[in-house]
Amino acid sequence: MSEEPEIVLGLYVPPHPHPLLASEQNEGWGKLRDAFDTCRQRIEESDADLMLIYSTTWPSIVGHQIQAHPKPVFTHVDDDFHFLGSMPYEFHMDAEYAECYREACEARGLHARTVAFDGFPIDTGSVVALKLLNPDNRIPACIVSSNVYSNRAEQIVLGKAARDAMSKLGKKVVVVVVASLSNRMFTEHIDPADDRIHSAKDDEWNRKILEFFENGRLEDISQLSRDIQGQIRVSKVVAYKPAWWMAATMGQHNNYDGEVLAYEALHGAGGAVIQLTPAKGGVGDKEFDEDDVEFYHGDRSVLDKGML
Amino acid sequence: MAKGEVVLGCLAPHPPHVVYAENPEQNEPFSEGGWEALRWGYHSLARKLKGIDYDCIVVLTPHWQTYVGTHFLGLERFQNISVDPIFPNLFRFNHDITVDVEMAEAMHDAAAEAGIITKMMRNPDFRVDYGTIVSCHMLNPDWDKPIVTISSNRSTHYYSNEVMNEQATALGDAVMKAIEASGKKVVLVASHSLSHRHFVTEAPLPEDMSREHIYNHSQYVWDMKIIDMMRRGEMQEVIDVLPEMIEQTMAEAEGGGLTWMMAAMGMPDYPAEIYGYQSVIGTGNAIAAWDPNEATRQLVL
Ligand SMILES: [Fe+2]
Repeated sequence: MSEEPEIVLGLYVPPHPHPLLASEQNEGWGKLRDAFDTCRQRIEESDADLMLIYSTTWPSIVGHQIQAHPKPVFTHVDDDFHFLGSMPYEFHMDAEYAECYREACEARGLHARTVAFDGFPIDTGSVVALKLLNPDNRIPACIVSSNVYSNRAEQIVLGKAARDAMSKLGKKVVVVVVASLSNRMFTEHIDPADDRIHSAKDDEWNRKILEFFENGRLEDISQLSRDIQGQIRVSKVVAYKPAWWMAATMGQHNNYDGEVLAYEALHGAGGAVIQLTPAKGGVGDKEFDEDDVEFYHGDRSVLDKGML
Repeated sequence: MAKGEVVLGCLAPHPPHVVYAENPEQNEPFSEGGWEALRWGYHSLARKLKGIDYDCIVVLTPHWQTYVGTHFLGLERFQNISVDPIFPNLFRFNHDITVDVEMAEAMHDAAAEAGIITKMMRNPDFRVDYGTIVSCHMLNPDWDKPIVTISSNRSTHYYSNEVMNEQATALGDAVMKAIEASGKKVVLVASHSLSHRHFVTEAPLPEDMSREHIYNHSQYVWDMKIIDMMRRGEMQEVIDVLPEMIEQTMAEAEGGGLTWMMAAMGMPDYPAEIYGYQSVIGTGNAIAAWDPNEATRQLVL
């Protein structure tokens, strides 16, 4: 697929329901909610016609599942935070894109299937993202699962397949990844006023990752994925996959304008709302960029002082 | 009031495939059968259960995953459709579940008293997990007894398999105290498989048994080792080697079900009744029961 898809913007948002259900209970949760609202407004002002979500709270086993029910309706309740309230939803999915994405996955050797069943349990992270970013179903959406056994190569190809389908249908897309940064929560119930990042180490790593995001270095974050998994991710799954998928889906480079709209604790986990907008200039000044991918100019001399 | 007691403990795996294969009226998809070794084992255990006098079924399920403590269903009735997030093509089950809230609260209070982080689940929109539904349907397809569901605290993920074993043991001890004080006769259910590595592709016809086999031989050897120990009544030893088994086979016992149940039953040293073993999409599934009553305990398989 030679034609590049049009990605309007990329968003990285947290999965927990607090910004949706309890934003008034804690100042930080309120800031995350405000950041979601800002993103919603920016999406409305864009000419995007598809929102594609990759959710770390939708695990799959049989390949990659893609939500294709044109109008899923249900009331969702979170396993842990059920006491914060229910999340009734009615969404508008782009079934055509879902089928096209499945075909693109299969063409790239991945096992994939669409799901379109009444009452299918859409996960907390996707429900929160769709309700806050696309409350009136202004643009149709699609959700792809996170296969529990998949690893780097598979996630990256899954991202490439998402691009194939975008190009084929000529979509203008908002790419949304639903994931925490550090994902260790407190194991006891806390007073909302006492929420904070679980540990200083988690906080330091989160801030380092946010620096990368702010500089638009998405591909670099993807390259650092295994370090991030080892340092600040609870071993629920074998790898920190969202960065691989997001970087692959958005084009495997570092050329974005990054903006961290909020970074706050969600029951101890690192919750951030981040926007990446594809940029024009700037190629070549970041670690994994190459000056020229067609002609060999010699290895970059990283130990020299350069222009100093 | 007579002291309450556990009248039977069941290891009851919950692949939705077995309900799918049964074609009960509550489940929407239609199947041509499959997984008979498990289903016929379940039928046999369900018949035994019919002959036992009991008040409620208490299930610990790894598909209600909580990171903040251990939660208990706390409302009398849950009516809904349960669609399996992993196998929605096989399991879309209309259920009407009655909960023994009094028992759930007693267990919650006893666990809290023992220092375990706890929470009652009181949201009427909450969807009961499919692990609970599959195990309970296969054990009691008439659904004529109230249940209690206990969530699976993810201490394996947050700490280690050893910490899970310690915490699930503490929960089992607390639950036993609550049962004794209640005066009730209770059936305990650990709802999970043994080895738990899945195939990541599915046959066009999921019940095509020519495609079904264990994921690899190592999983099989571990499963057989554990079943052998169960037959010999070596449950303390099973619990002791469980961290290693979980590590090597991704065993679903990581959710704490077996450890919890064995602790609540005082770590049985008598033979388990084995009702069946079969793989489902590569995972190893054993149906077993522990009958504390020597007079009714059987050699089944
Ligand atoms: Fe399971």
